Amino acid sequence: MHNIRIIYKRELHEYFNSPMAYIFLVIFAVVNGYFFTNTFFLFGQSDLRMLFDIVPLVYLFFIPAVSMGLIARENNTGTMETISTMPLNTYEFVLGKFLAGFCLILLGLGATVIHFITLVSVGTNVDYGAIFSGYLGLALMGAMYTAVGIYASSVTDNQVVAFIIGVFLVLVFYMLDKTLVFVPHSIAGIIQFLAVDYHLSNISRGVIDSRNLIYFFSMIGFFIFLTIQTLEVRRWK
Amino acid sequence: MIKVTDLSKNYSTVEAVKSISFNIQDGEIVGFLGANGAGKTTTLKMMTGYLVPTSGQIEFNDLNIIDDTHEIQKQIGYLPELNPLYTEMRVYEYLEFLAGIRKIIGRKFKEALSRVIEECGLRGVVHKNIADCSKGYRQRIGLAAAMIHDPKILILDEPVTGLDPNQIVEIRGLIKQLGKEKLVFMSSHILQEIQATVDRIMIINQGEIVANGTSDELMSNFMGNVILNIEVKGAAPETIEHIQAKVPSVKFVSLNTSNDIQQIQFEYGKDQDPREDIFRYAVENHWTILKMTPHTTNLEDIFRDLTTESDAHA
Repeated sequence: MHNIRIIYKRELHEYFNSPMAYIFLVIFAVVNGYFFTNTFFLFGQSDLRMLFDIVPLVYLFFIPAVSMGLIARENNTGTMETISTMPLNTYEFVLGKFLAGFCLILLGLGATVIHFITLVSVGTNVDYGAIFSGYLGLALMGAMYTAVGIYASSVTDNQVVAFIIGVFLVLVFYMLDKTLVFVPHSIAGIIQFLAVDYHLSNISRGVIDSRNLIYFFSMIGFFIFLTIQTLEVRRWK
Repeated sequence: MIKVTDLSKNYSTVEAVKSISFNIQDGEIVGFLGANGAGKTTTLKMMTGYLVPTSGQIEFNDLNIIDDTHEIQKQIGYLPELNPLYTEMRVYEYLEFLAGIRKIIGRKFKEALSRVIEECGLRGVVHKNIADCSKGYRQRIGLAAAMIHDPKILILDEPVTGLDPNQIVEIRGLIKQLGKEKLVFMSSHILQEIQATVDRIMIINQGEIVANGTSDELMSNFMGNVILNIEVKGAAPETIEHIQAKVPSVKFVSLNTSNDIQQIQFEYGKDQDPREDIFRYAVENHWTILKMTPHTTNLEDIFRDLTTESDAHA
């Protein structure tokens, strides 16, 4: 735990010591804000559905960009060697990085709370439960995409390549739900269960089902496991 | 003490290190010398637990690098080749980060920090960004990072590469100083760097250790015959070529004549010194000796021989 915290702190320090974190957060806030307020006053509904629809789209590019450098940069500059020759477990290293990336996502998500405040002050009959579960869903999705992004970052030492791999992977999970009409009925169930949208929409509706939680946690675990394995295997090459 | 036995590493089809074995005692400074690509860095990477050996053993006292990786890493300070640093951090932040992983925090860190600042001469740059530090300072920061936990063993991969001559002298001095209490294992591809600093030299070529000993030992083991260059005047060529008849230990090698001056090369075994006999022979035959210089093989020649000879075989 001690080492995870040290890696996490260093990574956050790096985010905020460069313009990177600020640029990401501003872009995230502006894009979401634009699409949210664009239609907010047209519908006359007291919910954040527009926001919850747009954030997953922004995530598709935002999260791979946030996580692309997490490990690829260390591979590239050689600091991976310094880290690997320290008495530090690979899982501590990966978890620290993951938590730092996730923390930045949560901060981005936190910036959208401004829309919630707008809603509360102008709207009526606000469904707080739905908003809470909507945010929970987005946080889980953010964590899963961060895990995917960190995996993409671990397979290369080039940040641009890591970004492209990351976008591709999250896009696959995002699009699976949309391909259901093209696949045979027998495997449609499996595909649907793998699709991130299916679980997100369940949670966003306010149904916090253990199956959805298990999906997110196992996906996070799976990609973190893959990342650790990728780093371990490099030592044996 | 470090004990390496039959250590090998293959990168897919390339054999980078071929079954090497050696020991290093505590308090010894050992130089690991080889041309670029000879297998030095690979060996060091295996010793520090960054790479897993294809076969063979690396033991630090009773610990084994495969089973006790972290225990060994706690005792080692490692300066990787090219000295990678987190350049966006300040010097003390970087050292604090590494010390943190080694569980040196709070007051203990402050003590360790002032120790490495003193030892590595970092006083002026502690609060600077690493990106703003000169190459010489970066190298010291790398050394300070390797020493923050006061390790018993220092493994340094090309510690003085890319430094200017003054910095090289400083870093050498620092390593010598450290070597009084610690086991230091440093690699280099430049002989002079190593020769001036270490107690013992190991030469690696194409993944194999081709020489191992103090520089005196290497000299006596690998030294070839002595070439004696003589410049004379007025010597009859046949007296030169038939010197061996009178002075049996000397062999005639070559003769060059220009403007009355004859440049002769003789050869004799490294354990003999027949210069007096040659002098007497010269007097008997009415040569006027202008110059007489024996050329013995130096460590540089030995290094070149050892590392190019096997290239020819390959």
